[in-house]
Formats: sequence, structure tokens, C-alpha cells
Amino acid sequence: MALLDLTDLRKSFTAPDGTRQIVVQIPRFSVDAREKVALFGPSGTGKTTFLHLIAGILAADSGIITIAGQSMTGVSEANRDRTRAAHIGYIFQTFNLLQGFTARENVRLGMAFGGPVDNARAEELLRRVGLGHRLDYFPRQLSTGQQQRVAVARALANRPQLVLADEPTGNLDPTNSREVLELIREACTETGAALLLVSHDPAILGTFSRSESLADLNHASQFRTPSPQ
Amino acid sequence: MTLPLLIRRSLRQHALSTTVTALTVSLAVGLLMSVWMVKKQSHDTFTGQAGGWDAVLGARGSKLQLVLNAIFHLEASPGNVAWDDYLTIQSNRAVAVALPLAIGDNYRGFRLVGTLTNLPLVAEFGRGQHLQLEAGGRWFEDGYREAVVGSFAARKLGLKPGDEFHPYHGLNFDPKNEHQDTYVVVGIARPSNTPMDRVIWIPLAGLQNMSGHDPSTVSDISAVLIKLRSPIAGQQLEVLYNRQGNRLTFAWPIAREVAYLFDRFGWVDRVLTLIAWLVAVVAAGSILASIYNSMSARRRELAILRALGARRSTVFSAIVAEAGAVALLGLLPGYAFYFVIIGTSAAIIRAQTGVVLDPIAWDPVLLWAPSALVTLSALAGVIPAVKAYQVDVSGGLAPES
Repeated sequence: MALLDLTDLRKSFTAPDGTRQIVVQIPRFSVDAREKVALFGPSGTGKTTFLHLIAGILAADSGIITIAGQSMTGVSEANRDRTRAAHIGYIFQTFNLLQGFTARENVRLGMAFGGPVDNARAEELLRRVGLGHRLDYFPRQLSTGQQQRVAVARALANRPQLVLADEPTGNLDPTNSREVLELIREACTETGAALLLVSHDPAILGTFSRSESLADLNHASQFRTPSPQ
Repeated sequence: MTLPLLIRRSLRQHALSTTVTALTVSLAVGLLMSVWMVKKQSHDTFTGQAGGWDAVLGARGSKLQLVLNAIFHLEASPGNVAWDDYLTIQSNRAVAVALPLAIGDNYRGFRLVGTLTNLPLVAEFGRGQHLQLEAGGRWFEDGYREAVVGSFAARKLGLKPGDEFHPYHGLNFDPKNEHQDTYVVVGIARPSNTPMDRVIWIPLAGLQNMSGHDPSTVSDISAVLIKLRSPIAGQQLEVLYNRQGNRLTFAWPIAREVAYLFDRFGWVDRVLTLIAWLVAVVAAGSILASIYNSMSARRRELAILRALGARRSTVFSAIVAEAGAVALLGLLPGYAFYFVIIGTSAAIIRAQTGVVLDPIAWDPVLLWAPSALVTLSALAGVIPAVKAYQVDVSGGLAPES
């Protein structure tokens, strides 16, 4: 049984002209436990919306999403929040660290809503991402690469079964990109988490055993690209 | 752990607005508690400090003026009472004790009260508590120009046993009105925390015969303090003096007359209480405004928390609790404000009336007023909390351009 399984997923938004615009329409997609999948898609192809639907941040118009046997569709928002807190780690392009909190506290917040807070685990994760000497640094006192490492540690804090990474290297220089990407993969392997990474950078795709184009998956009309002749 | 941490960090991030609003809360809570306590304590002490007396007999006029003059040593006497009137009421079977007072002179603003030498035996400032003298003193004797000085007056005037002074005519100090008579201080009364502490006691005849007084009124007195044998006697004497007679006024019961005074000035404490509540509302409003105004800046922060799994109810609670926490921060300085305000008020009231308020006395207001402020502030946090509740997570997480 797949860890993440979705069927006939559909999400639309109201455009400024008042018409409904379908942004995500994916007939079927799944990720197995411990699997690492890269999704490629140019900007504006609904990558973030797709991840938000999986994470339950957005509610789907229709379709079925299950994560670790928990449904993310047809349930209350509170249930989606609970499932997200318990089973999902999220890495953002812009890190999204809380600026008023230290690295250690940011990581602790990653486990605060899904179960007990384990300070020792927060420190261990930060050491794992190479920030054992920056535990009590605030995000503004860290480099962008270090901030993304904190975000990686935070995403793993609640022992997730699925890590969603949205352009995790989008704000990093090439060296940091390579290091952070490797770190995410290694950390997911070590913790047994599956990884679903979306990126607009085709170079990243080659480093994953399974990579797919979101444009092929997503049947929403505006994102369909003509097939090469 | 999470909620307190979120609140603590948010308060620290908005340190300036937190400090200002907490100070507004402290002012509000300090005002509320002190207005309440000054009102309650002054009412209780004034109405409860009849010195063990049940009634006052005086010249025809205002009962309240009689009470203020004879019991609280404020205001002027409405007129004189003939010595025969004193003898008449003293011999009334319904009267247990009748103590004549003669008032009309002062020493540097502290009034001289002429009375009988049994004053320390009959005057009480609490149930069974009689005036006592400091060591080395004695009570004045009839036929001598001797004085016993109340503790507050002695301290202010720097008088001690053996000191001599010349009284001044009238109740207000005027250096031009000095009497030739020389009085010797023979005792200093121990503090009673009542208006008696502001009085200089001398023999009744001494005041009646003071040089320069009108010889035709030499035997007159200003008022008679009365203890009754039973409450029913008060009604009988009230009818006798107030309804059937027309020369004298029988002020009974004393507590009711003082209560009338408080009723008359009740609007003052109602205005002060209203002002205190207005400050409280302003404090709650400023908490609301400061948190509400920060909501745009917090949109991303709230969205991140939600993305980490925080429920809407969690962020709602965090904002409400933060508003309450600002009020909690204001409580400690609020108590400091309270002690400053009530301490100052107590000093002024004591200097003006001799009545002593207790700044450290316990009253439920010291608990319910701060609780009310914290609740009001938390309620003020509901509006920004609703905004936090409604935050669009997906939109809040979008990269800022």
C-alpha cells in the first residue's frame, strides 16, 4: 500500500474575472513509503498548490488523498491539521522560519503540534544538519544555507512519514543547493521518511531515481504542454 | 510549553507596545483598586468612628455639622448650648454618659477642645479602647491651664510634656488672635488613628474662661456627646429635641448622619470609579489596537504555525492569551500604582481629618479588579484572534515579493 495515494484530485480558484480556473487536476499519483520522488514543473504550474493539497493546507474540490492511511479529503480542517502535524514534514523555498525563535525553538515547534516536544531530539537533529554550534542562534544570525538546514531539521522533528519539499534549493547558491539537497535525501533515508520534492530546476531531477513532470501529471488545461512531435 | 513560548516571544518581539499597554493596564488597575479602597475604607472608618458615642446634642442646626464638629473635629459649631441644657440631658434616665465639649480656639491650626477630666474614661476609639497616654504624661486637671495633646498634633507641633503654648482664638490659625493664657502640656495621647489624634484637650473651664472670650457666654458649651442606655432612648430624645423642641438639635444615630454625608458626595466616587473604568477600557482598547495592528506583520508567522500543524483554535487561543498576558504584565506595576495612590490618599486624609486608612488592608477588590482587567484584556484580544483564526495559510506562506 502506498504511503501517499491520491485519485482524481481537483482544485480550482476563482480568477479575477470571476471564472473558476482549474489549477490542479491529477487523475492518479502515489508515493511509496521511503520512496524519493522529484516533480519537475516550471513556475506557475501548480507545484505549491499540489503540495498544499497533499499537506491539507488547502482543501481539494474533489478527489481522494490518503497519507499513511489517513484521509486528507472529506475530513474537517482540524483533522487535516492533526494528520499534517503527525505525518508530514514541510520544507519551504523561503525556509519560513519563525524569526523570533532560535534554531532550537524552531525545531521544537516542528514537533509541538504533533506530539510531545523532545528537546534532546531537537538538538540531535540540529547537530545532524551541522548546526550543533548554532542551537541558540536566531534565523537572522544564520546564513541562508544554515537557515534551510534548520528548516530541514524542523521538517524531520515530528518523525514524519512523508517530507514535502517545495523548491528547497530555490534560494540557495549552487554549492549550498547541492549540500542541502544531499542533506534532505540522507536525512529522509536515515529517518525512513518518503520524500516528495518539487522543483523547477531540471538538474535536480537527474539525481532522483524517480522523477516526473508535473505538467504530465496535471491535467488542468492551462498547464498542459503540447507533446513533443 | 508551546503556547507560553509563543506568547513570550511575541511579547518580546513587540516590546515597546507591550510595555506601553501594560503600563496603561497598571494605571487602570491601580486606579480601580485605590478608588474602591479609599471609598470603602473612608466610609467604614468615618461611619464606624463615633468614638463609642451614640448621639450629639448641640445648638439648633444641621445634624451633620454637629457630628462633624463634635466627633470628627471638623467644621464649626452651629452655636452654643447652655450649661443647663447639658445638666438636663445628663440627668435624663435614658442617658448613660453625657460629656460636654467646648470648641472655639486652636493652636497653630489644631483645635483645642475643652472637656471634663473623665474624658479618658468615657471616650472610646474602638470597642472598649480608651485613650491612653505616652509614658511620662498625665491627664489634665480641673482648675489648671493644662493640656493633653493628640499624637498627630503633638508630632506636627513638636510638643512634649512640659512645653508651654498660647492658644489662638477661633478654629483657624491667625497669629494676630493669640490669647494671653499659657497652657502647659502634661501628656501626649497615644495614637488612636482617629480624629482625636488631631485634638489638644484642655479643661472645659479653661476654654470657657479663655481671655478675650465673651463673659456672657462663659458657661456655654458647644456640644454634648451622649451614650444612651438603649437604642429606643434615641428615638424618644430625637422626638423630644427635634420635633417638640426648637432650640437644640439631637443628632442620632451618628453613623446615619455620616452615611448621609457619603451619600451626598457619592457622585465623586462614582465619577472616580467611572474614570478608572474608562482607563481600563482604554487599556483594553490599546491592547486590541496594538495586537490588531501587528496582525499583518504576523500573517506569515501564523501561516507557518498553521503549516506546522497548529490548529485555528491554537492560534486563536495564543492571541487571546497574549492579550491577557499583557494585562498580567501590568498587574505588578498596577499594585505599585495602587500603593502609591492609596498611600498618598491616606496621608492626605489623615492630615485633614485624623482618620487613618490602612494601605495594606486586604479587600476582595485587590483580587477581582486585576482579574477583571485580565479578562477585559483577553476579551479585547478576541477581535485580533478572530483575524488570526481566519488567516489564509496558503497565502501567508507565499514568498514575499
